Amino acid sequence: MFPRPIEKSSPAVRTLYKVALPVALLLWLFPLLGVALTSLRPASDLAMGNYFGIPSSIAFSNYADVFNNSPIGQYILNSFKVTIPTVIGTLVLSCMTGFALGIYRFRGNIIVFFLFVAGNFVPFQILMVPVRDLTYNLGLYNTTGGLALFHIAFQTGFCTLFMRNFIAALPRELIEAARVEGVAEWRIFWYIVLPLMRPAIAALSVLVFTFIWNDFFWATVLTTSASTQPVTAGLSSLNGQWIAAWHLVSAGSIVAALPPVLMFFLMQKHFIAGLTLGAVK
Amino acid sequence: MATTETPNRSWWHRNQQTLTPLLFLAPGLLMFAVYVVWPIFSSFRLSLYDYDGLGRKVWLGLANYRELFADRAFKTSLKNNVIWLVLYMLAVPAGLAIAIFLNQTVRGIRIYKSLFFFPFVISQVVVGLMFAWFYAPNFGLLYKLIEMVTGKGIAVLADPHLATYGIIAAGLWPQIAYCMILDLTGLNNVAPDQIEAARLDGAKGLKMLWYVILPQLRPATFIAVVVTVIGALRSFDLVSIMTNGGPFGSTRVLSYYMYEQALSEYGYRMGYGAAIAVVLFGIMMIFISGFIWKMVRDERGAR
Repeated sequence: MFPRPIEKSSPAVRTLYKVALPVALLLWLFPLLGVALTSLRPASDLAMGNYFGIPSSIAFSNYADVFNNSPIGQYILNSFKVTIPTVIGTLVLSCMTGFALGIYRFRGNIIVFFLFVAGNFVPFQILMVPVRDLTYNLGLYNTTGGLALFHIAFQTGFCTLFMRNFIAALPRELIEAARVEGVAEWRIFWYIVLPLMRPAIAALSVLVFTFIWNDFFWATVLTTSASTQPVTAGLSSLNGQWIAAWHLVSAGSIVAALPPVLMFFLMQKHFIAGLTLGAVK
Repeated sequence: MATTETPNRSWWHRNQQTLTPLLFLAPGLLMFAVYVVWPIFSSFRLSLYDYDGLGRKVWLGLANYRELFADRAFKTSLKNNVIWLVLYMLAVPAGLAIAIFLNQTVRGIRIYKSLFFFPFVISQVVVGLMFAWFYAPNFGLLYKLIEMVTGKGIAVLADPHLATYGIIAAGLWPQIAYCMILDLTGLNNVAPDQIEAARLDGAKGLKMLWYVILPQLRPATFIAVVVTVIGALRSFDLVSIMTNGGPFGSTRVLSYYMYEQALSEYGYRMGYGAAIAVVLFGIMMIFISGFIWKMVRDERGAR
């Protein structure tokens, strides 16, 4: 193990490490803690300049205010309406493309694969105007469906990379054996490969959920009204309205951040497995 | 019925190994072609026109690009992109440092690791708001701290010379977390026997890190560099949330300037915006082709 395990060090070093850990964490998460505390501070404290002292009371009412006086509930609903179809659509498409590219050897396989890979790296701005026009022409401009459709297409690139590598690492004998038995190709996909892909599907669903929930750029480009905007874009426009009302901005931020945070803590193992794909040989 | 079905079936049977991959690829590839591949070419074409998003497109040739050369806002954006790229690279060593710090087996370390990773899970919009609060003039924590030390606070985001650095610092926060998690996974997989052997040879500390650990962390470092470069060039959210490109346009980057030209109240100059996007794409291509070249080589090696 590197560095040398701390248990082998002197007691002084061990104690120092145990003290350093929480201190470092506190410093690291400082902006987050500050915002979390501000979200519970009554507005009167802020008006009196009490930004960092002990709050005069714990104001959960800030959260109630955010929900009652802003469309944040609608924004969150919109975020779900974009995110969930995207996760499902992307997984369906990329399980199929991953299967095609991971199992079969045909001419152009590698080229198609790297087309998907390269598409991932493209700056969004080069897609912006044509995608906006396309969405408009499809009659889907300013709808959650139009936004989800683009996300499905774009995320398919990333997920194909992941799925293809996952499937290519499965033991080939399984597929060969099934073919010898005369099993149809689509049955091989459905009954043999798909059940083995569960870990990959779990990892990608949390990752895609987080990516799409947190997307801001496409939300601003493809949606414009409170009835369709996801929470990232919504929060940005609320920030414009709530100038200096930091107790509300903070509460809104916490609310917007919560779903991916919960997702991360519930599915941590899968999340990290997905993110660190390829980080080890 | 039977007579038509039998040859059909056998034809399908004979060709199913060729047809199955095509059928499985078709939907995904079609979506990807329509929404990602075609728009790239379309933007290239658009960059040669004057287009407001509604009316007719008017052919301009290279006039948009010629205009870029004289555009001071474009130069500022380009310069800022370079600053982003250079400073963002700090995330790679910083992430490694935190990973080394956390790579222990004391009690509760798993919770520490996930809490250190936390910033990456949060939307950049929220990260931007958090740092805006941190920097806020008169009451922001950083402002207060500087005031305590020097007697006079600094409003980072209102200062044209500092604002970009303030935004980059906010961007580094989740990016370091990402690099950290990559390195933690990498460190977990370093061959223990090699470390023991090196230890017996008297290697330790930085020497051990440089000669034994880093070579084994190469796959993790490669991915960390790739995602950091892409992250730096994609910086849009933070600029938009924290400063809207201001003060006086000093924090614009290409991605933000493109959006401003093509879609904001400053006018719907989509052709000009497309030309900016083409330049950004060109910069990204330099890096992408390097990455892809390495990946193709690894792929060939694996077969």
